[in-house]
Amino acid sequence: MALTGIQIFKLLPKTNCKECGVPTCLAFAMNLASGKAELDSCPYVSDEAREQLAEASAPPIRPVPIGKGVRAAKTGGETVLFRHEKTFYNPTMFAGIITSDSAEADVDAKLKAWNALQYERVGLNLRPELVALKDVNGDGVAFAALAKFIAETSEFNLVLMSEDAEVISGAVKAAGFKRPLIYAATADNVDAFGKIALENELPLAVKSDSIDGVIALVDKLGELGVKDLVIDSGAREVKQALADQVAIRRAALKGGNRSLGFPTIAFPCEMASNVEMEGLIASMFVAKYGGIVVMSDLTTEVIFPLLLERLNIFTDPQRPMTVTEGIFEIGNPDENSPVLVTTNFALTYFIVSGEIEASKVPAWLLIKDSEGLSVLTAWAAGKFGGDDVGMFVKKCGIMDKVKHTELIIPGYAAAIAGDVEEELSGWTITVGPREAAHIAGFLKSR
Amino acid sequence: MGFELNKESYSGGIKAISIGKGDSAITVGGESCYPFHTFEGDMPNKPVVAMEIWDMEPEDWPEPVMAHFKDVVADPAAWAKKCVDDFSADAIVVQLKSIDPNDKDASGQSAAETVKKVLAAVNVPVIVWGCANPSKDEEVLKIIAEACQGDNLVLGPVEEANYKGIGAAAMGYGHAVIASSPIDVNLAKQINILLENLGMPMDRLLVDPTTGGLGYGLEYTYSVMERLSMAAMVQGDDKLQFPMINNLGNEVWKCKEAKQTLKEAEVLGDPEKRGIMMEAIGAISYLMSGSNILVMRHPEAIRMTKEYIDALTD
Ligand code: B12
Ligand code: SF4
Repeated sequence: MALTGIQIFKLLPKTNCKECGVPTCLAFAMNLASGKAELDSCPYVSDEAREQLAEASAPPIRPVPIGKGVRAAKTGGETVLFRHEKTFYNPTMFAGIITSDSAEADVDAKLKAWNALQYERVGLNLRPELVALKDVNGDGVAFAALAKFIAETSEFNLVLMSEDAEVISGAVKAAGFKRPLIYAATADNVDAFGKIALENELPLAVKSDSIDGVIALVDKLGELGVKDLVIDSGAREVKQALADQVAIRRAALKGGNRSLGFPTIAFPCEMASNVEMEGLIASMFVAKYGGIVVMSDLTTEVIFPLLLERLNIFTDPQRPMTVTEGIFEIGNPDENSPVLVTTNFALTYFIVSGEIEASKVPAWLLIKDSEGLSVLTAWAAGKFGGDDVGMFVKKCGIMDKVKHTELIIPGYAAAIAGDVEEELSGWTITVGPREAAHIAGFLKSR
Repeated sequence: MGFELNKESYSGGIKAISIGKGDSAITVGGESCYPFHTFEGDMPNKPVVAMEIWDMEPEDWPEPVMAHFKDVVADPAAWAKKCVDDFSADAIVVQLKSIDPNDKDASGQSAAETVKKVLAAVNVPVIVWGCANPSKDEEVLKIIAEACQGDNLVLGPVEEANYKGIGAAAMGYGHAVIASSPIDVNLAKQINILLENLGMPMDRLLVDPTTGGLGYGLEYTYSVMERLSMAAMVQGDDKLQFPMINNLGNEVWKCKEAKQTLKEAEVLGDPEKRGIMMEAIGAISYLMSGSNILVMRHPEAIRMTKEYIDALTD
């Protein structure tokens, strides 16, 4: 549980030396309690106090870094049950399974196919980040060889799935440099697995068949000193799995239960008989608290919608994604190129600019600040009115760049055409198509 | 001592509301816990899937959905019947696309005829969805309300701009209404209160929070639905305890990625499977945030969604 300002104050030197930048230790304590200051700003806290404070100020759900390289990410670190209460921070990671009896050539082909699953959206590159290598026959040599192959030849990070300590040891030697997640410590192997994780400083998943079982394992590993843990409650049917996810998240956030303050891993691959149904199960875990979600396969038709959902759910609700106001050049426009205007909502901008680009018609795209609202929303909120848009076109400098006097406005903003015309005397206002998908056809046919 | 769930303390629930007529009526809502949180409350009525039919032939439905309805799109009654008989639709939503003043601007009479034909063809509840032009919807829904007196239709969307006319007609002729507001808790509450003050019986009210498509505003709707559930159940706000309906298929299938052919978007794979997954994953997202009625389009997305609902409730 977080400490109050007064509790923190008791642990500080109480000298009011001001080196932390505020006049008193009490003020500093208050800032620490509300997350506005970092403990490191005070050079005089004792080690003992530091330890107590660190423990108390540790996040309720530990952020666990997984992997290395461009697909490295954290899972966990969440602070709320509902995204509108603040935001969700670390997007659910997606994994696809490769079994240890696969031929290297097949794995190579699979990795190539999976690597192609990358989608550009709102300036982000959406993609799955993990391969779960699953031991199916106890052949440690083959397992280690594939782990090494995947780690070295692909961007994917790894979940190493085996309950055999020797098999895991071998793979850790071969692929440990990529910070794989080890899956999983169980009641039978917890000592050996704890040791491997500790010695190699790797994240470790625990697996049990109940939350009580999970707590026992987590506590034991905590005593051993393993800090980066991931939880599998063992539920393999959706109803129980949802109940467990909610129970674990609530226990950590509302009950201050340190034994459950870790991200979770879930296995749609063991909960359905086809990858589409797995996709639906995965989508539940994206919404309700899955840290890592393991699928039997990664196919574009399933993973793309999941990545969209993930993007939506993990967007910060208090800060719409925006782009900056201004003139954007698409495809080297010149003084005769068409001029289009839209809002600064990132989704709107990226969709529209993408369509203009696809049309291969060079153009000027004017982005008017509308506080991150879409066209219709901005219009309804009075942030994309005729006079505003007209004024913006005048001021933004486009008139120095083009010789013509035509402005294309979004079809959904047709209602502002008259007012824009009034503001921009001498200009022709053309109402473009409503849906961006028709922009290419519209531009090409002009 | 073993682990104990930190239970949510609910002080209210969603009203159970019956829609449709006689033995074809169904009940939606009634839950006393967050969506599918049956470990700490009850969800007596499963969320249902309504299928949409249009009152005119859709021009921009992508081929993979159109393929399933080609034989019936010219005939709303046959279309509705197919949805119920072949695809187990729990309810039918007649989308009155033809009345849009920016499009065909069809009359209230012709819309009423369509609705009557649909009513005669199916034995499930019928929901009538306007074109979201407040004044035209008011004009048309009033005519339909009268023409279908006693048929227990559900009429929507009802907005602040037209609640008086549609509300009065629904009260007078025995229909339920869908109170609609643009993704905002306070506005949702306000339209409910306006309808209540008008005299609308509160056991004939559904709420449309406004639905965004997957990747196109879903997060806003998702969160407003969670906030509405929270206000209804945890804060016990009795002005917000109504079942929610999401007009989902319409949003998902108009977005670009659901329409692109394989040639246009090779990286997105099979267009039909992709669209199905986009619709079904959108559906699960809204189920998790409290949807009671999902309005959907593709038969396979519907089948999967219903299978999922069963798995979470049975
Ligand atoms: C998500 C959403 C919100 C979010 C905001 C999201 C955001 N960042 O903009 C929130 C919840 C905050 C919101 C608030 C409001 N909303 Co709102 N919202 C929506 C919703 C569901 C989706 C909007 C969206 O994201 N669209 C996606 C983007 C990409 O679309 P777009 O910007 O229009 O771009 C497309 C086209 O316009 C075109 N395009 C864009 N630029 C250009 C440029 C050119 C040249 C061309 C040719 C084409 C083109 O390409 C894009 C893709 O096709 C819609 C309903 C719906 N289902 O569409 C309602 C909607 C837009 N909202 C509406 C309203 C009324 C409001 C509020 C005013 C409600 C209120 N009274 O508080 C507030 C205003 C906000 C405020 N006061 O701050 C109404 C508008 C009604 C109207 N016709 O005027 C709508 C239509 C809902 C409805 N039916 O009532 N909203
Ligand atoms: S630096 Fe430390 S000791 Fe000095 S005032 Fe700040 S908190 Fe107190």
